[in-house]
Amino acid sequence: MLRLTACLLLLMRLAAFGEVHPPAQVTAGKGFSISTTGSGDASFYLISPGHVAKREVKLGQDIPVDASVVKKAGRYLAIACGSGGCNSAAFYVMAAEPDKVSFFLHPSRVRVKSNDAINATAFVFDQFYNLVLTPVTVDFKVIPKTGPPIDRPIKSNLGVAWMRVASTPKQGPVKVIAEVGKASEPRVIQQVASDACNLRIKATRTAKAVLIETDPLRDCSGNAIPDGTIVSFTEIDGKGKTTVDVPIKKGIARTQLPVNGRAKISVASGVVIGNEISLGGGL
Amino acid sequence: MKAFLPLFIGLVTAGLVAMAWVESGGLALHEMRSAGTPQEAVEALVTDIQSRNWDRAYARLANSNDFEKQAFIRDLAGSSGSLRTYSSLESFKVWPVEAGADDATMRVRLNWSSAVGPLDDVRDLEVKKEGNVWKVVWPKPQFAKVPPQVIPVNYLRWDVIGRGPTDDWGVQNVDNPNVRITSMNAVERPDRVVIVGEVVNEDTVPAYVNVNATLLNSDSKPMDQEGSFDMISHTLLPRQVSPYRIDFPGFHLQQVKSVRMDVKAMLVPASADPVIAVTDQKMDKDPLGKNVLRGALVNQSGQTVNIAQVLADYYDANGRVIWVSDGYVDQALEPQVAVPFAVDVPDDVASKIHNYHVLVNHYSIHEGS
Repeated sequence: MLRLTACLLLLMRLAAFGEVHPPAQVTAGKGFSISTTGSGDASFYLISPGHVAKREVKLGQDIPVDASVVKKAGRYLAIACGSGGCNSAAFYVMAAEPDKVSFFLHPSRVRVKSNDAINATAFVFDQFYNLVLTPVTVDFKVIPKTGPPIDRPIKSNLGVAWMRVASTPKQGPVKVIAEVGKASEPRVIQQVASDACNLRIKATRTAKAVLIETDPLRDCSGNAIPDGTIVSFTEIDGKGKTTVDVPIKKGIARTQLPVNGRAKISVASGVVIGNEISLGGGL
Repeated sequence: MKAFLPLFIGLVTAGLVAMAWVESGGLALHEMRSAGTPQEAVEALVTDIQSRNWDRAYARLANSNDFEKQAFIRDLAGSSGSLRTYSSLESFKVWPVEAGADDATMRVRLNWSSAVGPLDDVRDLEVKKEGNVWKVVWPKPQFAKVPPQVIPVNYLRWDVIGRGPTDDWGVQNVDNPNVRITSMNAVERPDRVVIVGEVVNEDTVPAYVNVNATLLNSDSKPMDQEGSFDMISHTLLPRQVSPYRIDFPGFHLQQVKSVRMDVKAMLVPASADPVIAVTDQKMDKDPLGKNVLRGALVNQSGQTVNIAQVLADYYDANGRVIWVSDGYVDQALEPQVAVPFAVDVPDDVASKIHNYHVLVNHYSIHEGS
């Protein structure tokens, strides 16, 4: 295409004859006419970002350009070549009205009460997937499971609108919607519990061992720590140390450990350390 | 000429008798009877074990009436898809511990080669003199039997559905888990630099984790890059902490200006089952006088764990990770049965250990994880 353009431009220098006058700016997907001067037959070339079209025209008459030819936004070159040589004019096709929005929401899981933790980015496109570079307002709606929704209109800059928002104190799904005109893209983010708060254990003697279990595990906002989270129990007695990593089940982590004489039992989950209990002998 | 035929027949007959003697175990019997010392008796036994000639090995035992041959085979060849079932005895060394006129104690070090590398097994064997022959008294194999029972298992399992290949650009995907290196320490060893530390899964979903390290020289240029390979628990459940160790053979700390750490995590399906308790942990010495961390693994779930790997990290008085060591257990972990383990600890590290943390990697044939 570049070679063809270079050849045509070389030809254009040879002679000036009928000129082409396209509009300075055209909207993608809308037909228009290019006026010409001069007379006689000519070959008309339209070089666009996506393709090249050629047809025979009469100079001095308007050249209709079909809407289907100008779907891609960008710089176009109109060239008319006749017996006297070639002439050309460039024009720009701009994106049409906003029609679609591509919406990125990160992360897909976020801890509760985290500042600027939710990142929403919207790319605004017209119906032909041209990025709409003119500023448009993207309406971000954050709808938590509980509590009032947040509405945040953001003006796009070169086709992109973004915002950061803090996660709320309650765990659960949060719906975030990006809206531009009729286009609406919903996404769901999961707000999850933070680290365990007040991690506490209690021990109950059984016939052969000690049953150790945590209180119901919650974070500092009162959210239940999800099942499957690992809780590490450590027991030190006369025979040595015993450790076991237990997943939380129904909100509680529990295990049975054999105890020989006096023992100290402690608990941790990730980087959070809980209480320590001491058991006397006599089992 | 007349004498040739009887001579020929006589030689053939003698040859056939000799063959029959060999075939009927006469040679073995001769070898057995030729075990004129405790050393020879143990060496002959272990040679048969090495060649998996179980019949002959079992016949060499002084106490073969005390247990069945199948128990003896199971003791040495393993069972339930354990690591021992994938191992072969590569070499052995025998030396005396105590020697008397009619009995002796011999120590044998068995070097098994396995899919995960060499495994050492040191045993003390009692040897008794019966007539002119020394025979080994094999320790009676003890296999814990789990009583028939139903063990309810209702732990969580996580499955993952990711973005499909036909989904449009910008369609939301599930993010990889958040993992964090909580500690890192560069340790100088005689022949290498070792990076040790801990990594935690801070997310609410399981993570497949790999830790890599790059040594940088004084110009901040990379000298070498290595990964944690099997010195880490790759699958970390939510809030689970794993030690890691990365070895750089042939490097010294004085060559290193800094270390660049890189932790990668992927979202993977995983199960919270089985739960394995590590009981009776204590620092000890093995029969060879080396420092080891001993303990026992108890599979608290209902399914057999075929291969278990023990990972231990050791802390100094300041709570800093100073070493990470591992050891594979060559027995399968049957439900509710304690299986002993021991992992080596270097002598110079052992004196600085203030605390330790043990984690178990497990592999089950049916789960593949």
